[in-house]
Amino acid sequence: MTEAIVVLLLVIAAGWPLGHYLAAVMRGAPMHGDRVFGVIEKPVYRLLGVDPSEGMTWKAYAAAFLASNAILGVLAWVVFMTQAWLPLNPNGAPNMRWDLALHTAVSFLTNTNQQHYSGQAQLSHLAQMTGIVGLQVVTPMMGLALVVATLRGLFGGRTPPSASAQATVGDVDVGNYWADVVRPSVRVMLPLCLLWSVLLTWQGVPSTLDGGPVATPVDASAGMAAQKIPLGPVAPMVAAKQIGTNGGGWYGPNSAVPLENPTPLSNLLEMVAILLIPVAITFMVGAFTERRRFSALVFGTMLLMSLVSGSAAIWSEGHSATASDIAVMEGKETRFGAGSSALWAAVTTQTSNGSVNAMHDSLAPLTGLVTIANMLVNGIWGGIGCGLQQFIVYLLLGVFLAGLMTGRTPELFGRKIEAHEVKLLAVLVLLQPLVLLGFTAVTLAVPELTGNSNPGFHAISQVFYEFTSAFANNGSGFEGLGDATAWWNLSTTLLLVLGRYPALLIPLAIAASLARKRVTPEGIGTLQVETPTFALTLVAVIVILTLLQFMPILVLGPIADHLALSAP
Amino acid sequence: MNTTSPPASTVHADIAPWRPAFAFAFIALLLFGFAYSLVGTGIGRLLFPHEATGSLIEQDGVVVGSSLVAQPFADDRYFQPRPSAATYDAMAVAGSNQARTNLDLRARIEEARMQVAAREGVAIDAVPSDLVTQSGGGIDPHVSPEAARLQVARVARARGLAVEQVEGLVAAHTQPASFGVFGAPRVNVLELNLALDALPRAAGAH
Repeated sequence: MTEAIVVLLLVIAAGWPLGHYLAAVMRGAPMHGDRVFGVIEKPVYRLLGVDPSEGMTWKAYAAAFLASNAILGVLAWVVFMTQAWLPLNPNGAPNMRWDLALHTAVSFLTNTNQQHYSGQAQLSHLAQMTGIVGLQVVTPMMGLALVVATLRGLFGGRTPPSASAQATVGDVDVGNYWADVVRPSVRVMLPLCLLWSVLLTWQGVPSTLDGGPVATPVDASAGMAAQKIPLGPVAPMVAAKQIGTNGGGWYGPNSAVPLENPTPLSNLLEMVAILLIPVAITFMVGAFTERRRFSALVFGTMLLMSLVSGSAAIWSEGHSATASDIAVMEGKETRFGAGSSALWAAVTTQTSNGSVNAMHDSLAPLTGLVTIANMLVNGIWGGIGCGLQQFIVYLLLGVFLAGLMTGRTPELFGRKIEAHEVKLLAVLVLLQPLVLLGFTAVTLAVPELTGNSNPGFHAISQVFYEFTSAFANNGSGFEGLGDATAWWNLSTTLLLVLGRYPALLIPLAIAASLARKRVTPEGIGTLQVETPTFALTLVAVIVILTLLQFMPILVLGPIADHLALSAP
Repeated sequence: MNTTSPPASTVHADIAPWRPAFAFAFIALLLFGFAYSLVGTGIGRLLFPHEATGSLIEQDGVVVGSSLVAQPFADDRYFQPRPSAATYDAMAVAGSNQARTNLDLRARIEEARMQVAAREGVAIDAVPSDLVTQSGGGIDPHVSPEAARLQVARVARARGLAVEQVEGLVAAHTQPASFGVFGAPRVNVLELNLALDALPRAAGAH
C-alpha cells in the first residue's frame, strides 16, 4: 500500500508541471525550447510538405490521421514479414507469417501492443527498433492529437492564426494534425523516453546491439550445457512502451522478465512511466482550455475510480483469503512479490498500457475481475489521448442523462447536445457490448477456436479478457490462450481497429458539430458539470452503462472462478 | 470549402494527405524509432557498460551466466532456484499461465512441495510458495529469504561446511525490499552459489 501511495504522489508531482508543459506544446504558441526542437521539427515539416500553422477541418484532420495510420501500418507489416532478409537480426528471427504480422502491425498501430509472438525469438533487432519502437513513439501522440483537436472543437474551434487559414462558420478549425503529432513526439515523448531508457539501463535493462552471448551454466549435472542470454537494444524499447501507454514487451512475458524489469526500483520507474502522461493529461486539460475546474473534474473522477480499483486489486491479491494460497507466487517474480504485482496489474489496465510484471492468468480471480473492469471502463486515466477521449464520451452521456432527468435541454460548455450528437454517441455505446459479447460467444461456441490453457470458468475469462483487451487497446492478456492462430489474429485485429478509430474519431466529429452551435451564456438554470456532485453522477453513469451490461459474463467468468476457488 | 479563402489553403484541406502520410511513416520508423533506439542504446552502453550488456558473470574468461537469468542447479551442494515453465531457456521465456483453479497447477504444486520437503527434510507446510511455483518469466534469478534458509542445512551438509557459515553467506546475499518499501526481499541464487564455490575448501570435505 505504501508503494501505491508513493507511486501516486510521484506521478502527481511530476504530472503537474508536465501537464502544463504539454498544454503549451499543444497550444503551439512560441515557447521555450523552440530553437532546440526546431532543429528536428523544421526538416520534418519540410519532408512532410506541410505548413504546421495551417488549420484543418475535422474531416481533413481525420483524413490525415487515417492516411498516416494506413501507410505506417503497411510499412510495419512489411518489415515484420521480411525481417529475416533485412539486417540487424543477430538471433536469426524468421519472417513472420502474414496473419501474425498483420495482427502485430495493427496491434502496435492502435497503441495496443497485444502480442501473439515472443519478441526475443520472433523479432529481429531491426524490426523492434523500427516497426515496434517507431509505432510506440508516435501512436500515443496521435491519441493526444485527436483529443486535443476534440477539446478545441468543444470550445468552438481554434482561433484562426492567419487570414489565409480563416474558416467559415461551417468549417471549424480543430488544429493541424501533423503539428499536433510532431510537436509532442519531439518535445515530450522522445526526451522522456531517452531519460527513462538511461535510467532503466542503470538498473540492468540491456542496451546493446549484440544478440547476446551463450553462457556455460555452473552446474553441469543439471543438464543444461549452454544458455543463450538474449540481449539487444531493449532499454529504449521498454522506455517507449511504458511512457507511451503501449505495453508490448521486448521479451514474451514482458516486464516479468528480469532483463526487462531487473529490480524493484526499475519496477517503480516503469510504474511511474505508465501513469505519467495519462495523469499529466488531466492537468493539461485545465491549462489548455483555461478552465481549471474542468481539470479538477477529470482528475477527481479518474482518481476516485483509480483508488477504488487499485485498492481492490491490492486487497484481493495481497490481503484477502486467497492471498495465503500456496499458489500465490505462481506467475509472479520474487523481487516484486504479491503487493507490487497487484499494484502493477491495476495500473497497467487503468491506463490502457497492458505491460505486465506478473502473469495475469495466475492472479487471484478477483484481481482478474478488477483488471477486466478497468479495461471495460477504459477511462480510469486511460491510454494517452484515448483515456480523455473516452472521458469526454462519458461526460456527454452524463450531461445528456442528467439533462433528461432534470427536464432541461442537455448542454456542455454552453452548446446544446441534440439528436445528431446523441446518435453518434449511441454508436459508441452499442459497439462495445455488441463486439465483445458477440465475439466471445462465437469463440466459446466453437471450442476448436479458443485454444484455452485452463479449464472451467477461467476459460470463459480467458476468451473475454483477450477480446476486451484488444477492444480497449490495452494489450495485456490471460496469456495462456493459444492465440497465435489465424482466428485469433484476425478476429482481434478487427477488434483492435474497432476499438481505436471510432473511439477517437466520433468524439471529434461530435465536438466539431457542437463547435458550430451558438453558445448560450451560462446562467442559473445551467447544469454545472464541474462539481463533485456531477463527478459522482459520472461515476454512476460509467458503472451502470459500462460495467452492469457485462455483469452476466463477469459472473460466469472471474466471479464463478473465485467461488470455485474458495468453495470448500 | 470556403470560397473566399485563397485556393492554396482550400486544396490543402481537401486532397487526401498521402504525401505527408508517406513521409511521416518513414520519419516515424527511421527517426523516432531507429535513430532514437540507437541514441538510447549508445548512451546506456556508454554510461553503464556492465548493465547494458546483460549483467553477465564471467569466470576465467568464460561467461557462466547473468545475474538476471536463473539457471538450473541439481547438485545438493547448490541452492535451488524456483521452478521454471521455460526450463530456464531464456530464448523461450514464459510463465505457466495456469489459473489458480486449474487442477494441473494444483497437482504440480503438490508434487513440488513433496519433493522439496523430502529434499530438505522439512514438513510440507514449511515450504514457501515461491519455491514450488513457476515465476512469470521463467528465469526469476531470485528466491525468497525463507526459501534460501530452508536449503541451508542441506547445502552445508553436502559441502561439509558449518551451517552458520552458509547462513552467514545467505544473509550477506539477501537484498531487502528497496528503501524498505518497494518490491520484496530476495536472494540471487546464481550469485549465492558462486560465492559458495569461491569459499576456501572446508577441512574434511571430500
